[in-house]
Amino acid sequence: MNISIVSIMGAVVAVAIGALGPAFAEGRAIVAAMDAIARQPDAAPTISRTLFVGLAMIETMAIYCLVIALVLIFANPFAHA
Amino acid sequence: MTGISLEDPVLVQLGPIPIKGSLATSVGITVVLSAASWFATRRLRLVPGKWQTLLELFVTTLDDQIRQITAQESSRFVPLLGTLFLFIATANLSLLVPGVHPPTEHLETPLALALLVFFSVHVLGVQARGLGGYLRHYLSPNPILAPLHAISEVTRTFSLTVRLFGNMMSHGLVLAVVAMLAGLFAPIPIIALGLLVGLIQAYIFTILATTYVAAAITAHDNDRKGAA
Repeated sequence: MNISIVSIMGAVVAVAIGALGPAFAEGRAIVAAMDAIARQPDAAPTISRTLFVGLAMIETMAIYCLVIALVLIFANPFAHA
Repeated sequence: MTGISLEDPVLVQLGPIPIKGSLATSVGITVVLSAASWFATRRLRLVPGKWQTLLELFVTTLDDQIRQITAQESSRFVPLLGTLFLFIATANLSLLVPGVHPPTEHLETPLALALLVFFSVHVLGVQARGLGGYLRHYLSPNPILAPLHAISEVTRTFSLTVRLFGNMMSHGLVLAVVAMLAGLFAPIPIIALGLLVGLIQAYIFTILATTYVAAAITAHDNDRKGAA
């Protein structure tokens, strides 16, 4: 198989699977934060701040996969084109 | 892949140093922010006018947020962290200006900002707790965990960089793809989303930097307060 075809498939798989896990994780985090805010509206500023930081942490995983995919497509070290 | 490139265009070649687009934009943003701050604070009055009220709103909000997270009475860290927020927010929003690409779309600017956070965390930590006290927190729960502390210093700088860069760059890429596929007005909702993402990323970068600074200056209080 051609190296560029393998790279494109690798990039697709990386983004697809890399988006799946963080999506579930962010959903769970938001559900928990909503629940907490509904129970205790007074703590909403603290909860949403912590939520944002947590979401950023989770999202980093997806961004790593995106970076890997972009490296595969734009800056592949094995493709000599 | 016509028209889509992750390369930063070189504007001018000054001897061996290439002046790239993101550097020019960063310097421009710095100049604009400095000039705006200078003009805004030139004539401060006790009873504020329209602009001064807006400015005071900005400054007090930043001050409140940062002091809440660092749990400090003084606003010692507000200049550093607030400027970080203002710079990143302006940089991310600079895509509204036609022909300007946000400097955060290229790896160099987020890396520079993250390195700034990396070094200032250590400097502020040593300032606040002394060299011995600061170094002791690397051994804090158990000396076995010292390598993990050291690794986390590097990885969190890396993830600060990659988070800002990845978000802004992917947005620019999506914008380029949509503009290539569909004409004039299709990119507008994407630009609106980009503004939201840019502001949130600036907020997150600042909050994380503040958290790191707060951890560096207050970790030794844990034993006394019993709080994490």
